[in-house]
Amino acid sequence: MADYKYDHKVINELVEGTLEWYQIKNMMSSHKDAERFKVYREVMQERVSWDDPILLPLGLHLYIVLKENGDRIVKCDCGHEFCDYQENWKVHANIFIRDDEEKMNEIYPVLMAPDPEWQVIREYYCPSCAAQLEVEAVTPWYPVIHDFEPDIDTFYKDWVKLPLPEVKSK
Amino acid sequence: MKTIEEIQNKKVPIGWDGKTLKEMRAEIDRVSKETGYYAGLEELTFKEADPIRFEKIFSKLRGGVVHARETAKKVAASPIVEQEGELCFSLYTPEADSIVTSTGIIIHVGTMGAAIKFMIDKDYEDNPGINDGDIFCNNDNHVGNVHTCDVHTLVPIFWEGELLGWVGGVTHVIDTGASGPGSMPMGPVQRYDDGYQITCRKVGENDELSKDWLLESTRSVRGSKYWTLDEKTRVAGCHMIRDLVLDVIEEEGADNYKQFMREIIEDGRRGFVNQVKTMTIPGTYRAASFIDVPFEGLDLPKFAQQDSIIHTPSEIKIHKDAHLEIDFEGSSRWGWHPFNATPVSITSGIWVMLAQTLVPNDRINDGAYYASSFGIPLGSWFSPDDIRSAHSNTWHGLVAGWTPLWRGLSRGYWGRGFLEEINAGNAHTSNWLQGGGYDHHGELSALNSFESAACGVGASAVKDGISHSAALWNPEGDMGDMEIWEVLEPLIFMGREILPGSGGPGKYRGGNGWQSLRLGWGAKEWTMLVAGSGAMATDCGLMGGYPGAAGYRFSAYNTDLKERIEKRLPLPLGGDTDPDDPGYEKNLKAETINRDRQAVTTQEEFGDYDLMLNYLRGGPGFGDPLDRDPKEVENDLNERFILPRFAESTFGCVYEEKDGEFVVDLKATKEKRKEMRKQRLEKSVPTKEWMKEEKKRILNKDASKQVQLMFAESFALSKKFTDDFKEFWDIGEDWMVYEDDLNVTKLGRHINRFKDNQ
Ligand SMILES: [Zn+2]
Repeated sequence: MADYKYDHKVINELVEGTLEWYQIKNMMSSHKDAERFKVYREVMQERVSWDDPILLPLGLHLYIVLKENGDRIVKCDCGHEFCDYQENWKVHANIFIRDDEEKMNEIYPVLMAPDPEWQVIREYYCPSCAAQLEVEAVTPWYPVIHDFEPDIDTFYKDWVKLPLPEVKSK
Repeated sequence: MKTIEEIQNKKVPIGWDGKTLKEMRAEIDRVSKETGYYAGLEELTFKEADPIRFEKIFSKLRGGVVHARETAKKVAASPIVEQEGELCFSLYTPEADSIVTSTGIIIHVGTMGAAIKFMIDKDYEDNPGINDGDIFCNNDNHVGNVHTCDVHTLVPIFWEGELLGWVGGVTHVIDTGASGPGSMPMGPVQRYDDGYQITCRKVGENDELSKDWLLESTRSVRGSKYWTLDEKTRVAGCHMIRDLVLDVIEEEGADNYKQFMREIIEDGRRGFVNQVKTMTIPGTYRAASFIDVPFEGLDLPKFAQQDSIIHTPSEIKIHKDAHLEIDFEGSSRWGWHPFNATPVSITSGIWVMLAQTLVPNDRINDGAYYASSFGIPLGSWFSPDDIRSAHSNTWHGLVAGWTPLWRGLSRGYWGRGFLEEINAGNAHTSNWLQGGGYDHHGELSALNSFESAACGVGASAVKDGISHSAALWNPEGDMGDMEIWEVLEPLIFMGREILPGSGGPGKYRGGNGWQSLRLGWGAKEWTMLVAGSGAMATDCGLMGGYPGAAGYRFSAYNTDLKERIEKRLPLPLGGDTDPDDPGYEKNLKAETINRDRQAVTTQEEFGDYDLMLNYLRGGPGFGDPLDRDPKEVENDLNERFILPRFAESTFGCVYEEKDGEFVVDLKATKEKRKEMRKQRLEKSVPTKEWMKEEKKRILNKDASKQVQLMFAESFALSKKFTDDFKEFWDIGEDWMVYEDDLNVTKLGRHINRFKDNQ
């Protein structure tokens, strides 16, 4: 095994949230490990139950994965597939809006919650496993925000200089 | 012997090789732009030839600048400077590019640079002249300052008749004579209310401040003692750093120092590019922030009495070559409130954050500026097209506008696996508890409690945010000691306590904010005001986490507390732990009690035994709260970090309480969470279905006036924002919301693409 600054076990603990604070602090204070993405991607792949190669972890439960036909899609760790990676997955999710005091009051005391005349809270859930994937605090009428459009090809080719993962032949 | 220029009474340029400063500034800009390298330095010859010597000079300067800050700080009497460390020193090239900077409020690397650039642009070299031993002062908002209370002292550094640079020092002064007391008052709605503004003025020669300056300036502010000692602090620090630079030049030679200056900035630029490439992912990151301006009915000119929203959408583009571009197109118009800002203050503040996450080293200089670019819409709240704009409480908008950027970059850190660097955003660092008058020592004074320097931090992807600990604008912020505040302010602490649930819920919680309850005591004459976020949360959470809580105010006037103290009856003490079940009022009677969302107010008379709550906000959360370890929720309950009823409704944790000790039932929690997930699917709808309903509300113009005004302003300023909005909702040409249709003031609404087109 290559001599990595942090091996798969440590990175898995980082993802799990079980590293001790002093370990996290050391990580924050020292130079970044160039091989992190490679190790991390492999760790994330080991953690999911499906085989589609992960191109990029996109969120706490979300990944951009490669399908056999070459499509790149947004996929939940439960297996739910949302859409092409260049589309906004939120538009393909379920939504729940907190737009009155009663709904706000499940999360905050009334006086500490946004005033629904000014702002609403939008919760985006995975339609299969119901994980809360993103929360928006925006005004009514606000378009659904497309948070992130990564340039995957430049990232692999020019930045981390790694080959794009490939679908394993069966 | 006299030179020809001297005989002809012509001034000799003070720049290098017989150039004027203006010529030098233009040349640096041109060459840097043409080559893509700062000052055209394709190679760092000094650094490469003698790296140890190069680093030695850097360490000496950096150490000296930090040391000067620590030493000079002790001269100040203002708690904002002395307790909170709201000061900073920076060293510049002759053209005003920053070389090295101290710790502290490093946003001023840019603002002081802007002041020097202003002097260069206005030919100060000719008149009033720039000479060895001169002292300049600036705090003019429209020159590029953050707000009036940030006062700059600027000192040129000469070597054998040539200008080899500048040193700048800034302190956050406690009062600058605005229409309201305190350093960031509510009340100003125009520049002329913002207080005493000094426009890059020569205030001293031969290292000595002039008497007319000392008289005029101290008569123009409340708290002249603080003003005076702050100025001595700045001058002392600047002179210490000037001496240090002259020592370095003596030792290394002027030519080497000149080369060093150029190379350290190019080195900073390269370091920044390298960090972007090491830590992020190329692509486009989008977000938006909002902050309420609830001015309807406030004691202000009629045209300013209007509810509005400061809206700041942001788009970060990280290009293939790691160039960082941030575009704020679609932002709200500037307005008749003290929350306007300048382009330099919004961009310079971004370095403060980047220095804490992306580039956590001491090489922060203007190299980063040359490695990035910004889209700043003219006419927006951070680029007013009118010199009348007020800026006294500019942080109201800035801290809101910045927080989505940290979230955006965190998506990059997540993709790359640098989970330890993720930050769900920052708290709205408020309330700003302010006041002024004749204090308990009988002196004309003012206060701005800087307790907001310790708000809740946003959660990370591996741990909770830290409670009551930081503000993004000062990485070394502190809440200050109660005992010191009580000596300096005519206010007694009746409590200082964490506010449960003020941090946003999530798999990892946002750090909680806290509350100080202050009792008026001993002032001869005093007024107070609050200034914080109210009706809106300023940021979203990240990846399923919720935003930090919104704000509210509590104050009580003409209370019965004197009598209660005499009779030894219970008093309102501690925090306002659950505002839905108010505790203070149980031990208090008062003529007026304010408990509402009006979290910004203008000054009101404040006497002995009056009460005011200072609520410092919490940070946003990370991840789905149903993913939170139930044992952590149990700990939250036992440590009073959350209110018990939210353990179930937000975190899905079933618990039992016995004698104040909480135990979470793991098995019942598992069932509860399963049930809650099921309920989520039942109560939610596919986003596309909801969009059809929301579109109807838009077509019917079904939204509050302030929300409609927010969109009308963004539409009037930005075609792109309008097009994106209409494309998203699939709305035709004929639908539009105009400012003119909303019965709002017409004053100051200059740029308008609908009117320009007519
Ligand atoms: Zn799922």
